[in-house]
Amino acid sequence: MATLGSPLRTLRGLLRELRHVSGRAYRDTAAYRHILAAFRAHRVTSEKLCRAQQELHFQAATYLCLLRSVRQHQALHREYHGRGERSPEEVAGLVGFRLPRQPGGRAEAAPCRPLLGTK
Amino acid sequence: MPAAPVVQMGCLSPACFVLSSSVIKPWWESFQHHLGEGQCQNVDDGWKLADSMPSSAPALSLFPLWGSLLFLSACSSLIPQDFYSDSPGGFEINLDHRKLKTPQAKLFTVPSEALAIAVATEWDSQKDTIKFYTMHLTTLCNTALDNPTQRNKVQLIRAAVKFLETDTLCYRVEEPAALAELQKKEWDPIVAWAEKRYNVAIGSSTSIMGPNISASTRDTFISHLASYNMWALQGIEYVITQLKSLILSMGLIDRHITVEKAVLLSRLEEEYQIQRWGNVEWAHDYDLCELRARAAAGTLFVHLCSESSTVKHKLLQD
Repeated sequence: MATLGSPLRTLRGLLRELRHVSGRAYRDTAAYRHILAAFRAHRVTSEKLCRAQQELHFQAATYLCLLRSVRQHQALHREYHGRGERSPEEVAGLVGFRLPRQPGGRAEAAPCRPLLGTK
Repeated sequence: MPAAPVVQMGCLSPACFVLSSSVIKPWWESFQHHLGEGQCQNVDDGWKLADSMPSSAPALSLFPLWGSLLFLSACSSLIPQDFYSDSPGGFEINLDHRKLKTPQAKLFTVPSEALAIAVATEWDSQKDTIKFYTMHLTTLCNTALDNPTQRNKVQLIRAAVKFLETDTLCYRVEEPAALAELQKKEWDPIVAWAEKRYNVAIGSSTSIMGPNISASTRDTFISHLASYNMWALQGIEYVITQLKSLILSMGLIDRHITVEKAVLLSRLEEEYQIQRWGNVEWAHDYDLCELRARAAAGTLFVHLCSESSTVKHKLLQD
């Protein structure tokens, strides 16, 4: 069988990941209720190895791995790959211009003002 | 019924920025609103809402991002459908009171409640924009429902077993000696376990042609995989493609190894090189997290689609 560690650790990790997903209201989510109900239902009080408990623990550990790695992947993406495009203001600022401020007007129609000039 | 302006996903009109207190209603009200809608449905359609709805809608919250055009209301709920006609039952996902559909516009129905909850959580975790590349379970369900490659069960199994000829665990190097030793130490136990469990002979090879897989081995795996239903098979084939190894995927499905260990074994050579030459976070860790996410999603999908103890409705069969 896979070496999984203690179920309590898995459960705590899962709750932490759910908190990352939902924020303050994580206790109202369906996932929270389902996980707690499943853990409670498969709690083993005798000494015998329970196969259903092992199966549930493996599923819980897999789900924890999924949530954790998705979060880490997103964090890495944001940090290294997620810069995206520059906004039009930034592009204009690269060559020293500012976009005109015209309510309802298009920026291309009006000429750009130089950044360092007088208003 | 309060005529509150319900925020729709992906709506680009400036009217969406209006944030009035009437829009943020408590989640149970949104449920009752939906119940009112549902009860008007024609019962002759062959389905009706279940009597006991799971209280599952999280708090309706809005993230108004001034200056951004796309924002998402993080409220997904799941409604069980009790089908009393010949079509099997399942669970649907509702996003802001609209039913989730697959890319081919079919209704998104999953056989297992736990899977539906996991998909709803995936949708809930999308904040400003929807990043489909992070929603692995949703993608897997869409693939299973749509079957875009139009493969039947036999073709799926054949594609899965074909990977055995190019299984990562069977391709060994001769040099560097440390890597060869590491491969022997880490991969041999798993291959031995697979051989023992399935009563087959797999072996490993250092040549470019790969191991010689006998027909009986192939048939054993074909008949073993035939015992899974279509949904689980899509998941299995996905995991095999991601890990590049049939043996590791079988180890995962049979709960012999954890996802982290399977991913580590699949990337054994890369880990060896990382130990030797150093880790590049934006490449190595990025790939590691992505592979772990995909393998975990695939394994979870297979287990949730093939278990029969907790499913209350009939499994969707193809």
